[in-house]
Amino acid sequence: MPKTEAKISGARLMVELLEEYGVDIVFGYPGGAILPFYDELYKSTKIKHILVRHEQGAIHMAEGYARSTGKLGVCIATSGPGATNLVTGLTDAKLDSVPILAITGQVATNAIGTDAFQEADIYGITIPITKYNALIKSADEIARHFQEATLVALGGRPGPVLLDFPKDVQTELTSVRKADKLKIDPRHYQKPPIGGDLDSFAAALNKAKRPLLYVGGGAINANASKEIKELAEKGNIPVTTTLMGIGAFPGTHQLSVGMLGMHGTAYANKAVLECDYILNLGARFDDRVAKPGEFAENAVRAHIDIDTAEFNKRVSVDYLLHGDLKEVLKALIPKVNKVDRPDWVGFLDTLKKNHPLEFDDSTDTIKPQGFLQKLYEKSKGKAIVSTDVGQHQMWAAQYYLFEEANRWLTSGGLGTMGYGLPAAIGAKFGNPNKTVICVSGDGSIQMNIQELATIAMYKKGVKILIFNNNFLGMVRQWQELFYEERFSESEWNYNPDFVKLGEAYSIKGLRISNKSEIDNALEFFLEDDEARILEVMIPAEEKVFPMIPAGKSQKDMIEFSDTVRAGKK
Amino acid sequence: MKHILKILVNNHPGVMSHVSGLFTRRSYNIDSIAVGVTQDPEISNMVIVVKGDDSVVEQVKRQLLKLPDVIEVEDLAYHDCISRELVLVVVKVEDSNRTEIISICEVFQAKIADLTKTTMTIEFSGNTRQVEHFLEMMQKYGIQEIARTGQIALKYRST
Ligand SMILES: Cc1ncc(C[n+]2csc(CCOP(=O)(O)OP(=O)(O)O)c2C)c(N)n1
Repeated sequence: MPKTEAKISGARLMVELLEEYGVDIVFGYPGGAILPFYDELYKSTKIKHILVRHEQGAIHMAEGYARSTGKLGVCIATSGPGATNLVTGLTDAKLDSVPILAITGQVATNAIGTDAFQEADIYGITIPITKYNALIKSADEIARHFQEATLVALGGRPGPVLLDFPKDVQTELTSVRKADKLKIDPRHYQKPPIGGDLDSFAAALNKAKRPLLYVGGGAINANASKEIKELAEKGNIPVTTTLMGIGAFPGTHQLSVGMLGMHGTAYANKAVLECDYILNLGARFDDRVAKPGEFAENAVRAHIDIDTAEFNKRVSVDYLLHGDLKEVLKALIPKVNKVDRPDWVGFLDTLKKNHPLEFDDSTDTIKPQGFLQKLYEKSKGKAIVSTDVGQHQMWAAQYYLFEEANRWLTSGGLGTMGYGLPAAIGAKFGNPNKTVICVSGDGSIQMNIQELATIAMYKKGVKILIFNNNFLGMVRQWQELFYEERFSESEWNYNPDFVKLGEAYSIKGLRISNKSEIDNALEFFLEDDEARILEVMIPAEEKVFPMIPAGKSQKDMIEFSDTVRAGKK
Repeated sequence: MKHILKILVNNHPGVMSHVSGLFTRRSYNIDSIAVGVTQDPEISNMVIVVKGDDSVVEQVKRQLLKLPDVIEVEDLAYHDCISRELVLVVVKVEDSNRTEIISICEVFQAKIADLTKTTMTIEFSGNTRQVEHFLEMMQKYGIQEIARTGQIALKYRST
């Protein structure tokens, strides 16, 4: 090991490694066990630290930052309660494959395991929810763990990593600034070579009469939008995306059939039933999309993924290719025939016309769908949109279209209420010149509403849209449809005055409840680069359609028109 | 069907919980698990016996390979590996059946590790089938306690 350099403290080294790595922003919250690190951070001129109001806010900000920039998101917490507050965010990042480095303080090594003040075994707690984690036992190990952690977070299928950093290791002196040997296998961070038989894979695609591309979040991580467009256009293959894949293919493209799955468009779900070949690009046959044994059962199924563990995990496939999606597509496209498919594309165009996204717009009340259409028109293509979880999330996925990847930030895998506001803040830090809109519900927004303070403190122009139905809307929807309208604990009798709450943080706000107010409100909302809260009152009984009931398949989809026919719209 | 997975892992604390945690989290049932260090002190060999059809075991293998501390996973089929399990069993003995038990132990090449007026502690090692068979033979004398190590295994070599 190179011992020539002067010794520095572990904390100093960690800060220098972050700087060398190019990290210029971290989100965090201090505490006793991480103080030596914060002291070094104080001296750094290259790293800006964003002080949040809750560690969960810090990690979701890091997620929003990472997803919208493609860079590593970094968050810091102290030991014990600070560290455990990261658990939801780590799980979220694991399920949605977001590259996050979490650095947590830990009690001194001689106190570990003694139930010391603010001690939690965060290493043990986070084993199942990180891609890699380590308890750093000596300052000489920092460099190696740092290198391994960052490589693993961003390599292959990205994900969260955690380094647990005891207080005495932070103050211990070391001269080991670079690992002479990494302990983990390169397969965990290097791009794998293409695995599988390209020729037979291409042949099956070329044989298809009614092919469909099914694009997931992996396409965004692989930065494969260009190749997907090329493949779709060359073979005239319609494209549907998952919730996580939104933006990987332009939502306005003629070949786009929008999102599939539980609340996907009717035409996407019908396309799944009608296609004779389906090609999964970096998606995972998630249960909100695919029912094993019934998903595209009449089609030849093919899958390209960087994670071999996703092959045949829930749905069995006939053809598979392993590798980085961008590289695989580059190799595949020359082998794919150029074909016009007037019948198949025409058939889907007719489906789009006959089964559009629908809602009842006949009253003066504001319908969230119509509102989002307007928001889309006013901010077209430019905004980064984050959401929370619930009906508003699904409406946003349906009615706001994206031309580009990394503009849609949502908690897909874990469905984390409380994700939207901090994710938007993180995205705004990463994209100061873009409009960033958080679409939330009156329930979700209250899960991390304390981060309004972070917006105010750093004067970040995050736009917060709250659809207020005085209900946990999505819960209510399920109770209405599947529990005979027993609205057990889904109605709020009490919401704060969100506009006044904003004012308390010097954030301007407005509340509207009539359709006629929409245009002015949107102008106010988007007019400049200042934070705004727009509270939109919507009817509690408004529902998200189409809907495939949980555990059912594409065949069991309920459309808006079905409910109108049954007299229960 | 039973599969014997031979898993080479980095030998440091926490790896065991990473691996076993993966099994519980995905509700794969572990029949037995045995761990020991290899000729390289930095590397341990874990032998895990799991039940499941081929596709389930394939999933297990792929999930295991995603763990940074897992170096190699091999699915050893029963017919091409030597597997052993050690069992210690305490049986009740009476004057009338003591010699009978001892002669059964001779047949099985089991060792008598301890003897009291009323009990006998027997040590036996063999593959799982032999261990099951031996325990079955002991059943009728009244088994008081059992300790089993779980299986270890190595592939047969071809010269
Ligand atoms: C942290 C967390 N707790 C509970 C849930 C379950 N859940 C899913 S949607 C939902 C209701 C969301 O209500 P709101 O934020 O008001 O949005 P709406 O559905 O009304 O648009 C709930 C409680 C969740 N997804 N996340």
